Formats: sequence, C-alpha cells, structure tokens
Amino acid sequence: MTQQATDFTLDTASELAQLEQGPIEGRSPWYLAWRRLRRNIVALAALVLFVLILVACALAPWYADNVAGTGPNTTHLTDKVTVDGEQVDVISPGGIKTDPETGQTTVVPVEVMGPQLWHAGGKYVLGADTLGRDIAVRVLYGGQNSLKIGVGSALICTFFATLLALLAGYFGGWSDWGITRVFDLIAALPVILLGIALGAALAINGFHHFGVDIESGSLWIPTLVISVILVAYVGRPLRGQILSLREKEFIEASISQGAGPFRVMLAELLPNIASSILVFFTLIIANNILVEAALSFLGAGVQPPNPSWGTLIAEGQERIRTAPWLTIVPGTAIVMTVVALNIFGDGLRDALDPRAKVRIEH
Amino acid sequence: MAAFVVRRTLGALIVLAVVSFITFCIFIVIPGGDPATRMAGKNATDENIANIRETWGFNDPFYVQYGTMMQKVFTADLISYTTQQDVVAEIKRGLPATLSLAIGAAIIWLFFGILVGVISAVTAGRWSDRAITILALVGISMPVFWLGILARYYLGPEKAGIFPNGGYVPLTENPADWLYHMILPWIVLAVLFIGFYGRVLRSNILDTINEDFVRTARAKGLAPRRVLVKHVLRNSLIPIVTLFGLDFAGVIGGGAILTETVFDLRGVGQFAARSVRSLDLPPIMAVTLFGAFFIVMFNAIVDFVYAYLDPRIRPS
Repeated sequence: MTQQATDFTLDTASELAQLEQGPIEGRSPWYLAWRRLRRNIVALAALVLFVLILVACALAPWYADNVAGTGPNTTHLTDKVTVDGEQVDVISPGGIKTDPETGQTTVVPVEVMGPQLWHAGGKYVLGADTLGRDIAVRVLYGGQNSLKIGVGSALICTFFATLLALLAGYFGGWSDWGITRVFDLIAALPVILLGIALGAALAINGFHHFGVDIESGSLWIPTLVISVILVAYVGRPLRGQILSLREKEFIEASISQGAGPFRVMLAELLPNIASSILVFFTLIIANNILVEAALSFLGAGVQPPNPSWGTLIAEGQERIRTAPWLTIVPGTAIVMTVVALNIFGDGLRDALDPRAKVRIEH
Repeated sequence: MAAFVVRRTLGALIVLAVVSFITFCIFIVIPGGDPATRMAGKNATDENIANIRETWGFNDPFYVQYGTMMQKVFTADLISYTTQQDVVAEIKRGLPATLSLAIGAAIIWLFFGILVGVISAVTAGRWSDRAITILALVGISMPVFWLGILARYYLGPEKAGIFPNGGYVPLTENPADWLYHMILPWIVLAVLFIGFYGRVLRSNILDTINEDFVRTARAKGLAPRRVLVKHVLRNSLIPIVTLFGLDFAGVIGGGAILTETVFDLRGVGQFAARSVRSLDLPPIMAVTLFGAFFIVMFNAIVDFVYAYLDPRIRPS
C-alpha cells in the first residue's frame, strides 16, 4: 500500500551482499517475501487489526457472560440498568402523556437505549435494539458467523478453484474445455442474483440430495452458495497461470524423468502458484464477507434470529430513525474487517511477487 | 471477423439456454416439497392443492415443465405464482429505473474513476496519491447497501435535507425530479467502482510509463501532457474498456439489486429481490435470464471491441 510500483526493493543478490557484507547464503523465496512484508508497516498493522477482530469475535461468549451479562438472543423489554448510578429503562415505554395543568396530550415515542460506552458498567456499550438485546454482544456473535462464512467459503472456493485450474491446465484438451465452460457459465450468471436464488431456495427445506443433508438454518448454506458463485473468479486467473507454466522447461524435465500427473501437479505446478493462491485467499475472504452481508441483508443468507453482520444491518435499517447505531455498528465492523484484509492482501501480493498483477474482479 | 461474430453469438445462445436450465433446476430440484402446497396457503384443502397442481402443470415431468416455462418466457405470458402478475410486463415496468440507475452511475464512475486513476498515477508516491489510494480502498470495502441506508437517512429530508427519501420518478414525467431522485443512488453505486477503476488504471499507467514507446515519445521531445494523453492513457485505457463492459452488464443484470432495494427505486432488481423472498419461480427465472442476457451480450461486445482496439488478439 505505501510502497509504490516504482520503488520496490527486489532483494537482488548484490543488494543482499551489500547488506550482509560478504558472501550470502541462498535464501528461499518465502524468506525474501517475509523480509519485504516485514518492512511494510501498514500491511502488518492491517494484519494485527484483522487478528484482533478475530480474537474479539472468538471471545464473544466470554464478553457476553462477564461484561455484558446477557446472551445474543436474550431480550430485555422491561428491564432497567444502572447508568451512572441512576436506574434507566432499556426500552422506555412510549404512549400518550397528559400534562396535568394544561390538559394537553403529547405522544411520547418508544425510546431504545443508545450506546452507553462504560457508563452502564459494560452493559449496552454499543446500545440496545428494539427487543432490548445488547448490540455489542450481537455484533460479536454476528461477527463469528460472518467470519466463519467468509473464511470457510474462501477456503472451499480457493480449494476447488485450484483443483479445477490444475486439472484444466495440466490435462488441457477436453478437460480444459469442460472446466472453462463451467467457469464461463457461472460467470454468466449475475453474482448476487444467483446468490439470493440459491440461498432462498435452500433456506426453505435445506439440501437433501446425493446423500448430503443440510438443515435449512445451517451456516453451511451461505458458505457453500458463496463458494460456488465465486469459484470462477479465482479459477480463471489460476488456470491462465498454469497454462503458461505448463509450457516451461522444468515441467518437461519433470515429465521426462518419469513424473506422473499427480507429481507434476502437486510438486511442480502447485508450489509455483502457491503465492497467487495465498493472495487470492486473503482478498477473497474480504470479498466473501461483503457477499455474505449482501445475501443476509436480502434475506437469503444467515437466517434470523441467528445474527450476522448482514442480518444486523437489515434489522437496523427499519429503525434508522430512532436507533441509528443498529445500522452503524455492524456496518463499521464489516468495513474495518474488509479494509484490514484488503490492505494486508495488497501488502502480501507486493511482498510475494512485486511484479505480479493478480487482482479480483467483482 | 464474420466467422468470429457468428461463433461468438452461437456460443452466447447456448450459454443462455444452459443458464435457464440451471435456474429452473435450482428452484424445482433443490427446495423439494411441493410448490402447490406453498402456493395454496395454510388453510387449503387437498382438492385445492390438486387443482393448483393440475392448472400449473406441476404433475408433468420436469423437462415438460421446463419446456412450458421457456415457451411462456418467449411468448411473454409468464405469470407469477404468488401475485398472479404478468412477469414480462413487470420487468418492462422496472426497466427504466434500472437503466437510469445503471447508465447514470456508469457515467459517474467512469469519469471519476479515470480522473482519480490519472491523478494518482501522475502524483505516485505523493500525499495526493496516498489519500486517493486510502479513499479508494475504503470505497471498495464498504457494503453498498450500508452506505445507501446511511446516505438516504443522513442526507435525506429528515437530517440534511439535501436529497429526497428514495423513490423513483420517471424521466418522461418530470426530468428535474427524476434527476433529483437519481443523484444519490448514482453516487452510492458509483463509489465502489470509482475506487476500483482508479486503482486498476493507476497500476496500468505506471506499467505503461516504463514501456519503450513512451521513452521514444519523450525522447523525440513531445510535451509531457501530450505523451500522457496520446500515448500512455490511450494504451492504459484498453483494459478499462473490458472491465467497463462487464461491470455495466453486471449492474443491469442484478448488480443493482442492493441499491434499488435500499433506495426503493422499484426497478428490475428490486422485483427480483421481492420475488426471491416469496420463492416465486417465474419472476426469478425471467430476471436471471434477463441478467444473463445482458452479461453474455456485453461479454461478446467487449470481445468485438477488444479485437478492434488491439488487432494482436484477434482470434484465429
């Protein structure tokens, strides 16, 4: 991010020799990449931020028990909490109040408790929703779901994209033709439309075909849906890389020494695209978190009352007039996570291959 | 070139046929259960359900059902399961809003994307480049619907009072009001693409600047501005053409669902979102085909334009 395409240090042998004064040992490309990444403070800071978000979400149950004192789906419609020594309603009852002197009536709207920060001793730090649920707790639990889906679908998506790209690129011919057509087909379907169609269809009865049983509320549904709709976007560029690697001499050398298809694919081709896969994986997590949020927002992702950052925004949208924090808090969580992943992914790409031009299309 | 056009068009038609079949399968095979039971509602008698099954042809084998549905798509008498509305008419009704949104946003994101990319590349490494890079990154990282909700409320009549509270006014009815209602959705939809295009263009320009032909142009004494516009920019914009074609098609074909829903524009995307919630197959089928049609068509157009701009890649 902070480094420009024109001032990269490529760690050439002569440069290293200067630094270390004297003959230098051979360094692995991974070590060189790590050296470059280490100097990119912004990328490292982004990684730290992402890890902190992961840890915070993992600690959701602890936070719920020890700080907020309430669960993610526990409602507090009639409770009072102590704010700065005073008893305050979580949800103040509205209604019609009559002034005893003038006799005039005024309508008092229902008010939901806003963000208290630490004034309520750890309760309602980020406010309450209309059922009196603690938003901080719900955002942390929602984050668990969003991150599980984001990371899980990125894993599955990258795995199958790599597998298909290897098969297509190595064997060529019919297998390449078939796999490319599958990629084309998936890419021809509008991403969000396919996502909500699949998500909504699966949300009714779950999936019970081919010996696989997934219940309708399962997190596997959005995870798998997102993996399927984005597989072409990772698979296509990887296939391109393998096609060009396939023509290189070292592959020919390996085959002439008697290496079979599996050996060539796993020991020769895979290590050469490993850095691209790693970069794609990081950036696709960010992308998948956004897709999950969109699907859940439209009602085709995580199913309520199970929270996710997308469903929280959908719930908040209706209350934006009276309780804007319901929308702002989960959205900020998404932006922070996605920005952190994008910055780190960029830094990782620059470090692994300063000349690379991998990018993810939307 | 003629053979290329014919082959590309045939390929596109086949893709569309397969897409329609996949969409059909998603809704018939996956949900299981009985669509007739869902349509009949909670208090239906067995007779009601059997009736519905008969009239809608749910008893036919699925390939017959598929055939009937496709036939209805082409003769434009596809009818919604839940609201009994004419699907094709409904799409036609939503089309002006969707096209208004897509075209307006596309102009904004193309203009500002190129502007931002050029400024960023020309001042590479300086504070303006850093600031643009950071803003672009935040732009790409924001959920578009979240930005839309916040913008609609905080800039809307209840807070800043600059923009209306969502809704769509047809261009033919009142052009000024149409513009007034469209500006905010345009900006919100464009933000994501401005950041993205700016970043792509910036790296394209920085790559092109190091090419030999640029050095030649400089060496023969051309003014820097002329080198930038006539030599560097012209070459850096070729990948943007591809990107733009695909993104524009993507927005019409479903990418605008979120923006339309948030701003209540009642376009094609919002129609699809509503139908998905009630698992109404015919509208989703039609909208997906409509979206795939745009994507496949623009894919082909992009290939043609690309072949025209860069003769090296003209396919054999």
